[in-house]
Amino acid sequence: MGNCKGLSSITKKLIMAITGGCLVFFLLFHGSMNIVAIISQEGYRWICEFLGANWYAIVGTIGLAAMVAIHFIYAFILSFQNYKARGNQRYAVVERQEGVSWASKNMLVIGLIVIIGLGLHLYNFWAKMQLVELQGEASADGIGLIINVFGNSCYSVMYLVWLAFLWFHLSHGIASVMQSIGWNSHVWKHRIEWLGKFFAIVIVAMFASVVLYYWLIY
Amino acid sequence: MKFILRIWRQKNNTVKGKFVEYHLDNVPKEASFLEMLDILNEQLVMKGEDPVTFDHDCREGICGACGLYINGHPHGKFKNTTTCQLHMRKFADGATITVEPWRSAAFPIIKDLMVDRSSLDKLIQAGGYVSVRTGGVPDANAIPVNKHCADLSMDAASCIGCGACVATCKNGSAMLFVSAKVSQLALLPQGQVEARDRVQKMVARMDELGFGNCSNTFACEAECPKGISVTNIARMNRQFFAAKIAEPLKK
Repeated sequence: MGNCKGLSSITKKLIMAITGGCLVFFLLFHGSMNIVAIISQEGYRWICEFLGANWYAIVGTIGLAAMVAIHFIYAFILSFQNYKARGNQRYAVVERQEGVSWASKNMLVIGLIVIIGLGLHLYNFWAKMQLVELQGEASADGIGLIINVFGNSCYSVMYLVWLAFLWFHLSHGIASVMQSIGWNSHVWKHRIEWLGKFFAIVIVAMFASVVLYYWLIY
Repeated sequence: MKFILRIWRQKNNTVKGKFVEYHLDNVPKEASFLEMLDILNEQLVMKGEDPVTFDHDCREGICGACGLYINGHPHGKFKNTTTCQLHMRKFADGATITVEPWRSAAFPIIKDLMVDRSSLDKLIQAGGYVSVRTGGVPDANAIPVNKHCADLSMDAASCIGCGACVATCKNGSAMLFVSAKVSQLALLPQGQVEARDRVQKMVARMDELGFGNCSNTFACEAECPKGISVTNIARMNRQFFAAKIAEPLKK
């Protein structure tokens, strides 16, 4: 059962870790670009133009889509195998385990919510910027889109809820990447857990600050 | 002390089980959990009923034979305590105690609270040993061992193989058990010779036996009665990747 497609359970964990780690780096990159929208609207427009539908942005987008797809597919494969490994009979009494986070036990469900939010985000921004440019039409103004989307309270609340779930996913995911690739030790265990939570806060704060700024201003 | 016991009763793995409630009076507060079950069984035998089947051996926390899921925790909720080291004075008088067997596809139920944990033995057979002839007892310090590594190895070697890590894991994963066995040998010079083969064989066997995949919840570490650290899993992952990279070079 564990030998799906000839890969060992540790190799499958490594695939999850590498794809997840790459997505964390992308979020850092994306978030740092978003912050520019608060500092300078002209600067943000320049970034949008610089990326646009240029070859490097398209290669990056394809790479990201592949990472998300692999991470998503393996999450389902692993969850299905784990469900079978648990057996048919569940415990009648389930108590909270000390030191075990809620997020770590619900990564699939949280991940699904993040994916749904990602679909909404792609519809609101990517489809009106890079996709239309690929179809030969003019890209929408990035700042205009931000004002339009986050000026709407419903969208802003939905984005903030989505970002809260993203925080839960990252709060476990970042430390989990380090454990899966073997970069953990007695000395670094708690430091890595806190660093994971810290980076999760930084990433989510970068995105949430743009939502809050444009929601409150416009 | 008085207790209401909800105990899982199941004739074998092919029939359905159910909880049966027992009211037990006059339990000495000094009694261990297993002694309390002995008292229950004596009463059941006196009444002509089938006694509750459960695993036990040394009753001093070192053999790993006992293993019951008590009130939602393997070996009960107290840290670094096996079922046999758990005493009834830890429970409130009149408390209801729910006792279940380990639940995992790799641990089929034999009867009542006893499960078949031979899958853990099969994992050891796959590589949890040193195959070279070790000869007689060597002189102390004949083989220099770094103190830090010796301590980590000893910590890993304190795993008693009870299976609580598998029982508590939502994925039914045996990563903590396998990593402890891999680590205790890989950290010592005597075990390093076969380290790469060992980690690959044990991981392959673990996958074959139907244990789940680790998702780093660390519930295993939280519930391990011997406090085995999940850093052993990180070490095993490192060793596994190193072995896989070195494999083509060996050929």
